[in-house]
Amino acid sequence: MAFDSIVTTLKAKFADVTTSEFHDNRRLVVKPAQLFDVLKALRDEHDFHMLFELTAADYLKYPKATDRFGVVYGLLNIQTGERVFVKTFLNEPDLTIRSAFTLWKGADWLEREVYDMYGIVFEGHPDLRRILMPEAFTSYPLRKDYPLRGRGERHNFPVITRAES
Amino acid sequence: MPLEALQTLPEGPEKDYLWTLNFGPQHPATHTTLRLILTLDGETVIKAVPDIGYLHSGFEKLGEDLDFNQYVTIVDRMNYISPIANEIAWHHSVEKLMGIELTPRCKYIRTILGELSRISDHLLCTGAQALDLGAFTAFLYGFYQREVLYDIFETISGQRFHPSYTRVGGLLFDVGDDFIRQVRAFVKEFPKTHADMCRLLNRNRIFLERTQTIGVLSKELAIDLGCTGPVARASGVVRDVRKDEPYLAYADFQNLFKVVCAEQGDCYTRYLVRMEEMLESLKIIDAAIENLPPGPVNVDVNSKAVFPDQQAVYRSIESMIQHFELVMPNRQWTPPVDEVYGCTESPNGELGFYIVSDGTGVAYRARTRPPSYIHFATFPYLIEGHQISDVVAVLGSLNIIAAELDR
Repeated sequence: MAFDSIVTTLKAKFADVTTSEFHDNRRLVVKPAQLFDVLKALRDEHDFHMLFELTAADYLKYPKATDRFGVVYGLLNIQTGERVFVKTFLNEPDLTIRSAFTLWKGADWLEREVYDMYGIVFEGHPDLRRILMPEAFTSYPLRKDYPLRGRGERHNFPVITRAES
Repeated sequence: MPLEALQTLPEGPEKDYLWTLNFGPQHPATHTTLRLILTLDGETVIKAVPDIGYLHSGFEKLGEDLDFNQYVTIVDRMNYISPIANEIAWHHSVEKLMGIELTPRCKYIRTILGELSRISDHLLCTGAQALDLGAFTAFLYGFYQREVLYDIFETISGQRFHPSYTRVGGLLFDVGDDFIRQVRAFVKEFPKTHADMCRLLNRNRIFLERTQTIGVLSKELAIDLGCTGPVARASGVVRDVRKDEPYLAYADFQNLFKVVCAEQGDCYTRYLVRMEEMLESLKIIDAAIENLPPGPVNVDVNSKAVFPDQQAVYRSIESMIQHFELVMPNRQWTPPVDEVYGCTESPNGELGFYIVSDGTGVAYRARTRPPSYIHFATFPYLIEGHQISDVVAVLGSLNIIAAELDR
C-alpha cells in the first residue's frame, strides 16, 4: 500500500515518526521540531499538493492524555486521492511551531484560526492576527479552560456612541 | 486594526494616489456580513484585505457541549442555503466514528436530499451572482424553484429553513408518498427553469462581459489554497468526493453522473459549472427516487444508537430503558475514544468534520472544515488588478456564506 511505503521512507529519514489508524484515517505523529521537514518531504517527495485541513484540539480534560495541544494537518494527494493526517503535540509554555505557509498558501487563514482559538503561534507566518475574534480579545476561546458562556466579555463590550463615532 | 496590513504599500507622494475603501460589513452585494478593505488606484483594486468574524458565534464551542443529535440544529445554521447537506456531513462523520452502517432506504433518502440541497444552493449562487450584475429575472426564476424545494423540506420535517432532519443512525421520520410525488414533480419541472436561466444568462452580453476573464483562479493556485467543489472544478481540478470516495448511495450511481469540470477558472466558468452540476444532480435524484428501497430508515434498534419506536417505548420496559439511556446526558452513546475526519461533497465544496471523541455522547472537539472559509481566502488573489465593480462579480461566484465562514 502507498501509505506503508510513505511511512517506510519517512521513518528512514526521521527517527520519531509513529503511525496510527482509525477507519480510513491514517495518521503520522511527529515531534514539533521535525514537523516542517516531514510536511515538506510529504509535499515534495510524495505529491501531497493540497493542505485541506489544519486544526487543533486541546487535550486538557481528555482521558489519559499526556500532552496539552494537538495540531492536525490534513494532506491530500490530488492524483491518487490519498489522504494523510500529520499530527503533532505541543505543551505549555512553548506553543510555537514553524508555519507551513511557505509550503501551502492555504495554510494562511487556517493557521490564523488556530492561533485565534488556541493561542498556538506559527513562526514565520506573514500576518498572524486574530481572524474571527475581535482584535482586543485576550483569551483563546476554544481552550478547554475557557468557559462555554465566556468570561463576561459580552456584557463588558465597549459600546461606541454616536458622539464618539 | 487590520489596517496595519496595508502599511507595506508605497510611501511618499505615490501613496496619495491610493484610496482605501471599506466594502461592508453591511453592503447589499456582500449578501451577508463580511468586510473588505480595498486599496484602490483609481478604479483598480491593487490590494484587498478581507476582515471576517462579524458572524462568529462559537459553533465549534457549542459542539463540545451538545450531543451528537442536538448539534445537528447548530450545523443547520452554518450553510443555511443548503442545511440538509450540513446535517448529512455531520452525521456522516459521527456514524463513521461509531462505525454505523446505514440502511439502504436511509442512504437513498439522504442522497436525494443532499442533491436537492445542492440544487437549492446552486440556484441561489447563480441567481444572486446574476442579480449582483443587474440581471433580476434569472434570480426570480431560480427563487421560484427554491420555494418548491423548501416545500419538499417542509413536507418531510415540518420546517422550511432548518429541517434538522438527520439523526445518528437514521432520520427523524420516514418519508411519505407526498415526498415522492413532490420530488417527481420537481424533477419534471426543473429542467424548464434551468433552460430559462440558461437562455437568460449564458449568452447575455452584459453578463458575459462582466464575468468572463474576471477573477481567474489557476489550477496550481486552486490546489495550493485548498479549494474544493465547483470553485476548484472550474479551474481544472478533477476532484469530487462523490466519485473519489463514494459515501451514502453514490456508489450505485457512479456511471450515472459526471463530474463537471472546466479549465478557464473565471467567474463565468464557475457559473457554468454550477449550472451543469444541477442537471447532473437531477439525474441522481431521478434514479434514486425511482429506485427508493423499501424497509426501515433507522438502523436496528438493538445497536443502541437510535431511539426505539414511540409505541414500543410506551409498551415495553426494554424500549423505555433504551430511550432513557439515549436521552440522559451521562449515558447516551459510547463511541470509541479516537479521532475521525469524515467529509462529504457539499454544494460549496468538501465539507468535513473532524471529531475528537472521548467516549461520550458529546464530541470532545467538533471541528468543521468550512468550504466558504477556504474559498474566501482566495479572494485577495482573485481580485488583484481588477476594477472595483468586479468585486461583486467575484464575491458572487465564490458563493461565500458568512454563517459558514465565521461559524
